[in-house]
Parts: sequence; C-alpha cells; structure tokens
Amino acid sequence: MITTLIYSLTGLILFGMGFFTLIIHSHPLRKILAVNVMSTGVFLILVATAYIPLGEGEIDPVPHAMVLTGIVVSVSVTALALILACRIQETSNSSLPGRKQQGEVPEESIR
Amino acid sequence: MSYFIFTIFDIVLVLSMVWIAWHLLGTEDIFKAVVLFISFGLLMALAWVRMRAPDVALAEAALGAGLTGPLFLSALRRMNRPRKGDRRLDSDEKR
Amino acid sequence: MSRTGKNHKRLDGFQRLLLLFVICMVVLLGYIIWSTPGSKPVLTGAVAQMQEYSGVESPVTAVLLNFRGYDTLLEVMVLLLAVIGTWSLTEAFFPVQRSEISPVQMGAVRLLAPVMCLVAAYLVWQGSHLAGGAFQGGAILGAAGVLMLVTELPALRTIPVLPLRIGLVFGPLFFAGIALICLLFTGDLLGYPKGAGGWLILLIETACAISIGLTLALLFAGGRPDKEFIWKNNP
Repeated sequence: MITTLIYSLTGLILFGMGFFTLIIHSHPLRKILAVNVMSTGVFLILVATAYIPLGEGEIDPVPHAMVLTGIVVSVSVTALALILACRIQETSNSSLPGRKQQGEVPEESIR
Repeated sequence: MSYFIFTIFDIVLVLSMVWIAWHLLGTEDIFKAVVLFISFGLLMALAWVRMRAPDVALAEAALGAGLTGPLFLSALRRMNRPRKGDRRLDSDEKR
Repeated sequence: MSRTGKNHKRLDGFQRLLLLFVICMVVLLGYIIWSTPGSKPVLTGAVAQMQEYSGVESPVTAVLLNFRGYDTLLEVMVLLLAVIGTWSLTEAFFPVQRSEISPVQMGAVRLLAPVMCLVAAYLVWQGSHLAGGAFQGGAILGAAGVLMLVTELPALRTIPVLPLRIGLVFGPLFFAGIALICLLFTGDLLGYPKGAGGWLILLIETACAISIGLTLALLFAGGRPDKEFIWKNNP
C-alpha cells in the first residue's frame, strides 16, 4: 500500500512538473521532453495502482499491457513531433529561442 | 524488516527520479537535458522492475531510454546544424 | 543551474498564476490518490481463467495479443502512421559525409549488430512464457538499425526504397490479414481457432517485430530516403 502511494504521488509530481515546463518554456525540444515526462508520470500512476506486494497474489496484467502500448505510442509521437519541430525551425528561418547570445538568458517565456 | 529495506529503496529511487526530472526540465542546456532524460528513463526501468512489471521495464529500457534519447540527439544536431561563424548550442553553456 | 534559483525572481504574474494552478491541481489529485481505497485486482481472475485458452503462458502477452489484440493491431498501425507522417514531411538527414569510419566504431558495429539481432529473436521467442515480446524485440532491432545509422555505413545509402516500404507494411498487413482470416472462420476479429493461438501469436510477433524494428530505425533516420538526395550527397 505504501509503495503504491509513494510511486503514484511521484507520478503526480512528475506530471505537474512536466505540465508547468510545457507551458513556461518555449524551446520546442524542451516542450517535447516535458510531454515525455508527463506521460511517464501517468504510466507510473497506472502501474503503481496495479501493484501488489510479492506473495500477496498475482498482478493485474491489463494495466501493464496498456502501459506497454502507451510507451510505444509515446515514442512514435515523440519522433513525429521532433521531425515537425525540425521542419518548423528549418522553414521559419528564425533562430531557436534557446539559442543564446553571450550572457543572455536563453529561454524566453511566452505570455 | 525486508519491507523496511524495500521502502527505503523506494524512497531513494523516487527522490533521485524527481531530482533528475527537476534538473532535466530546468537546465538551460538542451543537450544536458537530453542526457538527463536518458538516465531518467533508466531509473524508470528500475522502478518498473520494482513494481513487478518486467515487460514494461524491458520496453522502457529499450524504447524510452535507448531510442528516445538518440531521437532527441539527432533532432538537436539537425536543429543546430553548424553554420559558419555560428557556435553550437550544446557547446557554449556556462558550467 | 536549476530552475528555482534563477527563475523564481523572474516569474511574472501569469507564471505565478500557472504555478499556483499546477500546485493546486497536484495537491487535489494527490488527495484523491491518497483517499482511493486499496486496489483490488479486478481482471486478474478473468485473465488467469482464460490463460489456458490463449495459447501463451505470459499473462501480459496473452492480454496484448489475444484478449485485447485489436489494441496492439491499432498500435502497430500508429507506428506505421508515424513513419508515413515523417516521410511526407522531410527527407532523410545525413549531415556529413565522412571519408572513412573509425575502426573502433566499425568493430563495435560488427560485434554488436549480430548479437542484438540474436537478443531480439530471443526476446520475441521468450514473449510467450516470460517477459518479452514483439515490442521489446522490435526495439532491440531498431536499436541495431540506429547503431548502423550512427556509424553512417555507406551501404545504408544505397538500399533501394521498395524493400524498405515492403518491410514497413509487412508486419501490420500480416497482423491485419490474420485478424481478417480469423473473422472469416471463427466469427471474431482476432478470435484464434482453438489450439492454434500459440503459434499464430508467435508468427504475428515475429512479423511485427521485424516491421517495428525497421519502423524505429527509419524514424531515427528522420525522413524519406530520396534518390536525388543520395545522388546529391554521393557525388
């Protein structure tokens, strides 16, 4: 029980951190990283809910299968998003927001 | 007793995961963030094993850490294609 | 170094509001998780009951490829869709043409690529009774492909496109074909006939693992292999 609680709360914190970063930062790669951290948090909550300590019974395999599916889908989504980000950067002709000048804070925030 | 040790392991793992996630989301250097993301994925694989989900752990270690990381790195290289007189994003951060 | 030190001073009104909102959300959801009664496995019994009919011993594989097989079918389609999207967006990206590959890298590829293929095959086979399966095996295959792409083997540039396309759709089409044949004979989509579940699952997993590996490696290559492009970069 305590294990489930620890891991689900961690998943929640990861989700919150990812969500905050997703909105605050403007570099596309960091946004995609944040989405990945968010999805990891969700998977963590899902698997932690299904956890049963060793010797107290079998584990429900359905959430595991769902998380497995989710990981593969999130990898393909990440790949597509990265290509899109590259294309946007190539065609928009502007430099990256994270590309910094000397002594300047790199990440501008969006309002 | 053994449960106690497991709980300590859980807490250490969880704290290091949150710490790594904090830094990967917060550093100014994207390259460093990607490397931290790879190590984050490996810690996640450890967490899946702890939660008796070896299938998910295998998939996470191979996909989450092993393939997402290179995808990010190649995208980073593609975005910072070195132009003449232009410094690379991942080499000019202050450490 | 971290976000707190520098950013807290610069958080403007909107960001503070957002931070407050996120913290409220996390606390609320945390309270919900806290007050959720201890989970009782609902589907474990059902899965264990049907396990012997599924043809495999690993419960996760049984769920993935038998009980909820259409999920996996659609997942393979999602992967295919990602490659189609990538190919329609951009061309493959080979930044530099190096004249020769370092012998250390070449030796690593020579040593690792066959071993990785072997591990992938083992994982696919192991999927029927232990942890493992098509996605793990496919991921290892994809990693082998990434390794070869990173080394920038010159042979990779001369691969014709048609075999790649066939390899990409082979797994999904095979899976969909089996599903349709099952629909025709047993009346259920992916309702395997009795006794044939085991080897059908192994066949589907093998086909899918090959396609998934190819898909992931091509996603890493990041774009369609273009004839002109190859010609342009290999003068």
